[in-house]
Amino acid sequence: MDIYFDNSATTQINKEVLEEMMPYLTDIYGNPSSIYSLGRRAKKGIDLARKRIASSLNCNINEIFFTNSGTESDNWAIKGVALANKKRGRHIITTSIEHHAVLNTCKYLETEGFEVTYLPVKKNGVVDIDSLKKEIREDTVLISVMYANNEIGTIQPIKEIAKITHEKGIYFHTDAVQAVGNIDIDLKDLDVDLLTYSGHKINGPKGIGVLYIKQGTKITNLLHGGEQEKGKRAGTENVPGIIGIGKATELATEGIKQKAIYLENLRDKCINGIMENIPDTILNGDPVNRLPGNINVCFKYIEGESILLMLDQLGIAASSGSACTSASLEPSHVLLAIGLPHEIAHGSLRLSFSKENNEKEIEYLLTVLPNIVENLRRMSPLK
Amino acid sequence: MEEYSKKLMDHFMNPRNVGEIKDADGIGEVGNPRCGDIMRIYIKVKENRITNIKFLTFGCGAAVATSSMVTELVKGKTLEEALKVTNQEVADSLDGLPPIKMHCSNLAEQALKAAIEDYRKKHTKQ
Ligand code: FES
Repeated sequence: MDIYFDNSATTQINKEVLEEMMPYLTDIYGNPSSIYSLGRRAKKGIDLARKRIASSLNCNINEIFFTNSGTESDNWAIKGVALANKKRGRHIITTSIEHHAVLNTCKYLETEGFEVTYLPVKKNGVVDIDSLKKEIREDTVLISVMYANNEIGTIQPIKEIAKITHEKGIYFHTDAVQAVGNIDIDLKDLDVDLLTYSGHKINGPKGIGVLYIKQGTKITNLLHGGEQEKGKRAGTENVPGIIGIGKATELATEGIKQKAIYLENLRDKCINGIMENIPDTILNGDPVNRLPGNINVCFKYIEGESILLMLDQLGIAASSGSACTSASLEPSHVLLAIGLPHEIAHGSLRLSFSKENNEKEIEYLLTVLPNIVENLRRMSPLK
Repeated sequence: MEEYSKKLMDHFMNPRNVGEIKDADGIGEVGNPRCGDIMRIYIKVKENRITNIKFLTFGCGAAVATSSMVTELVKGKTLEEALKVTNQEVADSLDGLPPIKMHCSNLAEQALKAAIEDYRKKHTKQ
């Protein structure tokens, strides 16, 4: 059996998306900046993708910019706004549970004379609005808070934070890589200034990202060069990728409410099955206010990589925040930020579902997981 | 991620000598300062030879497999022979470890040494 429960890491490309991309990988290879028909056809493809995204997320077409990745969008949003507004102030606020693309960008800016406040989160992973308000200073120019956490799935009160930041005239960026396609997003209503997401998390291709930049936002370029993307993001466009993320965004936002209900059902069935059948298990994140397809649990006394290896032997792909699974040999900063001790974070398991998953797969997991945990516990010196 | 060898996966999926020895002659426990794992080794010694050995490990696949391998390598050996086993030897016997996992094999070597030391401390007086 091949079961893929790691959709927060990346997703399978949708067939319709691939089909729309194919001509742009083969026949329509022209440079969109060129004047002749082959170039114009490529340009038309980009225009269509931008239109699809703008209508899916409810914004203007001139507010959508294509990048190479979620990471590039995060970098651009944060460095771009920080640099463009540094005369006004050099203070940035973010959270301690951001993706590394945000955290390490902020750390870099600290070496360049910016000050960054990393907000703590509550035990359920939600940002404390009061402490956010308290940290706002005269010289705060940017606040960046992720929409939904990639590890524990907690959803942040983005609309509320947007309101607060705007009352103070501060720019607000949200990393929505995990949110787009899972949560209904209406940019006019949400009212953030910048929003990041990427193609491969929504059944689109890898190597393509989007940065939404609200009209009037003061931001400098990250990449300098040609006049692509209205002179804001140089580099010949990744046309097939753009076509792909355009179609993928359209598909991912269609029927999003029904999809969320489907995923929530799978998720809750699986959570209940785990909690009922495996003692000494902790559910991380918020029980309700979480991504529809996200599960994150810690099994006490055992280690995550071992769990993943045993699952893999049975054909199940999942992930963990254990120190042993990371190249840095540090446990997940998110699990530490919600107050878990190192040895508990060690036994973490994340399962992330997509609409491709079904109940049968969950049932199979629930038949094998208790044994895996028990076997590893038998080997453990803790207890 | 870099792949584990077949042999390592065998020792991980079917670890040898898992468990505790209730009346062990020596017990060694070490923690991994790098990632926070724990390994405990129990030995039974007769006429200066390791006659029985068991382990408990809280750690990654490489940590489990190296514990399993080290117990196999030293079972039946004299204490002096057992002390000569290095982490490199343990790794080699598993057909190698990914570089990032070499620190896990230290744990196996150190836990074994700690168990022998513990045995010697308890048994030098007679
Ligand atoms: S024991 Fe943690 S990486 Fe091997």
